[in-house]
Amino acid sequence: MLPKALGLGIAALILGSAAMLGLRAESWALRPADWAAVRFTLLQAALSAVLSLGLAVPLARALFRRRFVGRGALIRLLAAPFVLPVVVAVLGIVTVFGRAGPINAVLETFHLPAVSIFGLQGVVLANVFFNLPLATRMLLHGWQAIPVERFRLAASLGMPPSAQLRHLELPMLRAQAPAIALVIFLICLASFAIALTLGGGPRASTIELAIYQALRFEFDLGRAALLALVQLLICAAGTLLASRLTLPPSFGAGLGRSLDLPAPHGWRRRGDALLILMVVLFLALPLLAVAAKGLPGLLALPSGVWPAALRSVSVALASALLVVLAALVLALAQARRASGWLELAAMLPLAASSLVLGTGLFLMLRPFVAPQALALPVTMLVNATLTLPYLYRLLLPEARALHSDYDRLASSLGLRGMARLRYLTLPRLARPLGYGAGLAAALSMGDLGVIALFAGNSGATLPLFVQQLMGAYRMDQAAAAALVLVGISYALFWVFDRIGHHYADT
Amino acid sequence: MKTTLLAAGLATFATTALADTPVLHVLTYDSFTAEWGPGPILKAGFEATCGCEVQFTTAGDGAAVLARLKLDGDKSDADVVVGLDTNLTAAAAPLFADVAPQPNTLPVPFADPKFVPFDWGYFAFVYDNTKLTTPPTSIADLAASNLKIIIEDPRSSTPGLGLLLWVKAAYGDGAAKLWSDLADNIVTVTPGWSEAYGMFLGGEADMVLSYTTSPAYHLIAESDASKSAAAFSEGHYMQIEVAGKTLTSKQPELADAFLAYLGSDAAQSALITTNWMYPAKTPAEGLPQGFETLIQPAKSLLFTATEAQEIRAAAIEEWQTALSK
Repeated sequence: MLPKALGLGIAALILGSAAMLGLRAESWALRPADWAAVRFTLLQAALSAVLSLGLAVPLARALFRRRFVGRGALIRLLAAPFVLPVVVAVLGIVTVFGRAGPINAVLETFHLPAVSIFGLQGVVLANVFFNLPLATRMLLHGWQAIPVERFRLAASLGMPPSAQLRHLELPMLRAQAPAIALVIFLICLASFAIALTLGGGPRASTIELAIYQALRFEFDLGRAALLALVQLLICAAGTLLASRLTLPPSFGAGLGRSLDLPAPHGWRRRGDALLILMVVLFLALPLLAVAAKGLPGLLALPSGVWPAALRSVSVALASALLVVLAALVLALAQARRASGWLELAAMLPLAASSLVLGTGLFLMLRPFVAPQALALPVTMLVNATLTLPYLYRLLLPEARALHSDYDRLASSLGLRGMARLRYLTLPRLARPLGYGAGLAAALSMGDLGVIALFAGNSGATLPLFVQQLMGAYRMDQAAAAALVLVGISYALFWVFDRIGHHYADT
Repeated sequence: MKTTLLAAGLATFATTALADTPVLHVLTYDSFTAEWGPGPILKAGFEATCGCEVQFTTAGDGAAVLARLKLDGDKSDADVVVGLDTNLTAAAAPLFADVAPQPNTLPVPFADPKFVPFDWGYFAFVYDNTKLTTPPTSIADLAASNLKIIIEDPRSSTPGLGLLLWVKAAYGDGAAKLWSDLADNIVTVTPGWSEAYGMFLGGEADMVLSYTTSPAYHLIAESDASKSAAAFSEGHYMQIEVAGKTLTSKQPELADAFLAYLGSDAAQSALITTNWMYPAKTPAEGLPQGFETLIQPAKSLLFTATEAQEIRAAAIEEWQTALSK
């Protein structure tokens, strides 16, 4: 009963938003500037996917075959950008690559023309910052999935690295790369916070940004609705395509032993080292810049930081609770008895985006209440909805294992209802639940999307507050507030993850 | 610690005491209420006599204020809106009530029954005269140069809209061509004036779209003569900033009183050195020293409110199309 109601609720929210948008769109003709936004959205997403992947392939290969001090830490750190608030990274990137930043200072000393961070290059750079680590980790899994025995065999046959690449590594890449590129493409389609700061005008406006501008700048509801509908269609098409593209690499099973293989020396070694160093610098410099700028300001934070932080934490906790409950209910139901439409309902949010759902809800609610009165509940709901597919996917395999391992035993013992939940389900699923809750809370904490659409001037969340300070070019204060934001985001993640581990261990 | 507690206690007491005093909600743009802006002074000045509390709400830059007002619709709690300009008044008029006209010293006649002017100025590109020794002498000259500029979005900001109409007034049908020439000079388009000016001061561009009066701020408040406004041969587009009373106001008398206060010498003097614009009615003591150093446009351009309303949508689309290529 509950899973069905939940599935219906999610479907109603997303399809209802779509219907609302369809009803409100006054004209079905896109203006030239709207077409430009569609083109730019696709272009920046495609470039970001290609560049992230293009860099991730040699990087993952270098990380796979080299052993050095801090390698494990580096690979773990590559997971960190996933929950890093976008505004913080953008702030760091502006600090490092801006006209007054160190990169341009270096260029100037060599009498080279200054580079601008605003426009396509800035948007793509920020997207690569977030997605290069993601692609690298995914590819590294791919490399590690190639049975070590094959590399040994290749080595004993005297295959040079190029032949190994052709016979062992390229087949894996061929199978994995398109899916990874598409995942990054999909993530970049919904680029809002990045384009908001680094876009720099009509030339570099994504559809998400155009939706925001249509509503907040022009109050053109019909146009916002039409743009949101276009965004929904593009994301849905991309998601459909992605669901057909997850081909597993067809290697025979190996023993899964990790064995240090002799890696090639000479220029290959220097190349790998240089690449790893460059990427570490690229990822670390913006964050170090924010830290260096923000640390002195921590003692004199602008007074708005704490109320904004409190709002953000409440939203993050509520949305984490909501999405964990929803994902748990759906995953348990699905593990008990597979249902096609429930699966679809859980994955449906992948086709939506923050501003699309926001606009739909905005149009639904506006006749009844002032939008800013509902800014926080709406942000909470949208954040929970958008993270549902990830959490559901995370919980489903564990829920299935739990069902197949313990269902008969539990039934024969008459363990059901709350008792079963308390003594069996929650303890067994504590680890993924904790991890998932941490992920959801941190993502919600750092999200800057729908809140920008709804917020009045006193209801800003911490990411929006940082964005506003950055807008006013109070970079030092923005950096200090950004440090608080990063601290809280990672603390939330860490605490939930710890709680999960704790319950799983006891 | 004790004093903090005492202060907190007093604050609570004060809030309780204020609970019965009427509140006047003023919707305005964000730089108006900044600690260095006119907001705090006007609030204190008006509260001294009105027996009320003034609460400011901000919504980005001037044009975003209008969008916000429309967005809130009949749920808006704004009594007074400060910071639209004559390029927006025709679009905003249906949301506003008639107000008493006030005497003014504007260089052009002003007769809008729904709004009162509170300051005015000329748009101009401001630059650092220690870095840029030969500034461009016209918009066309700027477009042909390699100088980097920051402008504001005409959909959300009144300076942005002002530039759009400036180009339109000077070039008419050639405006689209000029915008495509100007496109490669534009570093970024910001949502509002504060963002643009902040970035300019941070060194992100050579010039920024602001006002001929902006250098006076640096000169008078910071004793810094390094900022100048470039005089353009096409003439300079003018901005008259206005305030009005909303139809939905629950405090119409207080709103009228606030508008009258805006026109007073005290408020006008404060506006000159906090909003850094020319006063709508020059106060008895005249303009502060330093204002005489500002450039005087050879020709001033201004569309009437109705003309601006007719041109706006098409000009914005022309701008967007030219810049998105």
